[in-house]
Amino acid sequence: MRLVRAAVLTTLAIVAAACQKKSASDTILIGHVGSLTGAEASFGTSTENGIRLAVEEINARGGIKGKRVVVKTYDDQGKPEEAAVAATRLITQDKVTVLLGEVASSRSLAMAPIADANQVPQITPTSTNPRVTKDGDKTRPYVFRVCFIDPFQGTVMAKFARENLKLERVAILRDVGSDYSVGLADYFKKKFEELGGTIVNDQSFKGGDQDFKAQLTTIKGKKPELIYVPGYYTDVALVARQARELGIKVPLGGGDGWDSAKLYEIAQGALDGSFFSNHYTHENPDPLIQNFVKRYREKFGGTPDSMAALGYDAAQVAFAAMARATDLSGPAVRDAIATTRNFPGVGGTITIDSDHNAVKSAVVLGIEKNKARFIATVNP
Amino acid sequence: MTEFLQHLVNGLSVGTIYALVALGYTMVYGVLKLINFAHGDVYMVGAFAGYYLSELVGVRPPWADPPPGAGEVFVKATIVTMGAMIICGLLGYVIERFAYRPLRHRARLTALITAIGVSFLLEFGFQLSPLVHTPIEFPPGPSPRVFPALLERVGYEWAGVSLSNYDIIGLLVALGLMLGLQFIVYRTRFGTAMRAVSFDSEVAGLMGIPVNRIISWTFILGSALAAAAAVISAVSRPRIEPLFGLMAGLKAFVAAVLGGIGSVPGAMVGGLVLGLAEEYVAGYTDSSYRDAIAFTVLILVLLIRPAGLFGRFTVEKV
Repeated sequence: MRLVRAAVLTTLAIVAAACQKKSASDTILIGHVGSLTGAEASFGTSTENGIRLAVEEINARGGIKGKRVVVKTYDDQGKPEEAAVAATRLITQDKVTVLLGEVASSRSLAMAPIADANQVPQITPTSTNPRVTKDGDKTRPYVFRVCFIDPFQGTVMAKFARENLKLERVAILRDVGSDYSVGLADYFKKKFEELGGTIVNDQSFKGGDQDFKAQLTTIKGKKPELIYVPGYYTDVALVARQARELGIKVPLGGGDGWDSAKLYEIAQGALDGSFFSNHYTHENPDPLIQNFVKRYREKFGGTPDSMAALGYDAAQVAFAAMARATDLSGPAVRDAIATTRNFPGVGGTITIDSDHNAVKSAVVLGIEKNKARFIATVNP
Repeated sequence: MTEFLQHLVNGLSVGTIYALVALGYTMVYGVLKLINFAHGDVYMVGAFAGYYLSELVGVRPPWADPPPGAGEVFVKATIVTMGAMIICGLLGYVIERFAYRPLRHRARLTALITAIGVSFLLEFGFQLSPLVHTPIEFPPGPSPRVFPALLERVGYEWAGVSLSNYDIIGLLVALGLMLGLQFIVYRTRFGTAMRAVSFDSEVAGLMGIPVNRIISWTFILGSALAAAAAVISAVSRPRIEPLFGLMAGLKAFVAAVLGGIGSVPGAMVGGLVLGLAEEYVAGYTDSSYRDAIAFTVLILVLLIRPAGLFGRFTVEKV
C-alpha cells in the first residue's frame, strides 16, 4: 500500500514538474483585473474584449520571442479592495509578466502599490487620475498608462464649454466617492474660471445613489447653461433622467466615464444635446482605427467603445515592450515600456513621458438621438 | 419659493418609499420585539421580483411600437406589483419560519444576529453569477439592471414645480396601504389577535390565539409592503442591484424609530419627515451631508425622545 502511494506521489510530482516546465518555456502569462460585473460592468467587459483581440492577433503572428501569450483575468466587481486582492493573486500565485488594468482610477490606485512592490509592470488602459502613476511626488517606477490624464481631460471640456459653446454659467455635480470624478471636476472648475466663466453651483452625490433630485433642484434654481457631471455611466444616466423630469433643459457635460452602451439604454434620450470628452471615436476614418473596429465587430459584435480601444492599446504596448526587452523579468520589461515612443495605438499615438503618462489628443463627442457623434478633436 | 416647493415634492416622493419600508419594520418589531434587519433586503428582492415578472409577462415600454394600450398597461402593472408582493410575502414567511421561529425562545440578541445573517445571505446570494438562464437569469449577479417602465411617466408643471404621476400614485398607494393596515390592526379579529400577541404572546396563546400563524402573517404583510415600495421606487428610479436595499433598509429603520417603532402612523410620518429632512439638507447645504443627517436624526431622537414621535401616545403597540 505504502509503495503504491509513493509511486502515485512520485508520478504526480513528475507530472507537476513537467507541466511547470512546459508553461515556463512555451507561454507568457499576462494578467488582467477588470470590473466584469458591478455598476461599471461594461468597462471591464469592453477592456477584456480589447485585450483578447490583441492577444489573438499577437499569437496569430507567432507570439512574442517564440512564446504564446495567455491572458488570465480576474473580476473585481467594481470594488477597489477586490482589485487589490486580484492584483496580488495574479502577481504572487499566477506569476504574470505584465499586469493590465484597471479602468477606474480608484481601483488602479489600489493596485499600483502592489505592482510597484513586486516589481511587475502595470499598464492601466484608461485610468486618468494623475495620482495613479504617482507615489507622492515621485513617479511609481512600475506603473504606466496609455491614456491622457485628468488635468488635460478637465481642461478639454472647460475649453470646449467656454470657447466653442460660449457658455458663462456652469454647475458641477460630482461623485465624491470617486477619485476620478473629484479630480476631473476640480480641473474643469479651475480651467473654466481661468477662462472667465462662473461655476454657479458645485454639488455632490455618491456613486450608487438612487435620487439626485435634491441637488438638481438647487442647481436648477441657479440657472446654469450646462451641468458638468463627471461620473460613471449608470449614475450619469439616472442624473440625466431626473434632470429632465425636473424640467432642466440645459445640456450635461462629462468625461470618458460616460462611454458605455448602457448609458443610452438607461438614459432613454435624456442625454440628447449633451457632450463628453473621450479617448477616441470609432467614426475616425483612419485605416488603423477602421481595421480595429471591423475586426472587433467580427469577433464580438457591437461597436468598440474607448475602453475596448484602450484595452487593446495597453495590451499592444505591453507586447511591443516584451518583444524589445532583453529578457522577460519585471525590470527589463519595465525599462522597455518606459521607452515606448510614437507607438501607433487605435486610441492615438502613444509616447510614454517621464511621468509614465501618454500624451495624446482627446475628442469631444455630442449625443444626438441617443447616440454619440464626433464633434471635435482637442490637442494637448 | 419654487425651489422650496420642488424640494417638498421630491422629499415626499423619497419619504413615501421610506414610509412603506418602515411599516414592515414597525409591524415586526411591534409583535416580536425583533429588529428584522433583513427587511431592507426583502425590499431589494421585491424589486427583482417585479423585474423578473415584467420580463415574464412581457411588459412593453411606453415608447414601444405600437405603444401598449391603457388596459394592457393597467393589467400588467397590477400583475407585476401584486406578484412581487406575493413573492415577497412568501419570502417573509420562509424567513420567519426557518430563520427566526426556531430561535424565538432564545436570547433576543441571537435573533438579531440571525437577522443580519439573513440579510447577508440575500445580499450576497443575489450577487452570485446566474445559475439558471431560462426563463429568467437567476441569481441576477452584481451588475445593475434597468427596471422596465410599467407605465408612462406623465409630468405636470405648476408654477415651475414639476411633479409626475409616479409621485402621486406612489403617495396615494402608500396612504392607502397605511390606512388598510390601520384598519386591519384595529378593526379586524386578526388585528385584535396581533395586538394580543404583541401584548403578551404566552397569555395570548393560552387564550386560544394561534400565535405562530399570527406572527407568520405579520411577516407576510410587512414583506408584501416592502415589495410594493420597491416596485413604486424602481419605476421612477430604474436602476436595481443586489445591494440597493441596504441603504433603503437602514433609512427606513431610522424612519421607524423616528416615528416611534411599533406605531403604524408613526412609521408613515417618520418616513415622510426623514425624506423631507434629507431633501432640504441636501438641497440647501452640502449634499454630501445627506446620509449623515439621516443618522444624526436617529441619534437625536434616541437622546431626546427615545419612544419616537408617536411612541408615547400609542398605548397598544402593533
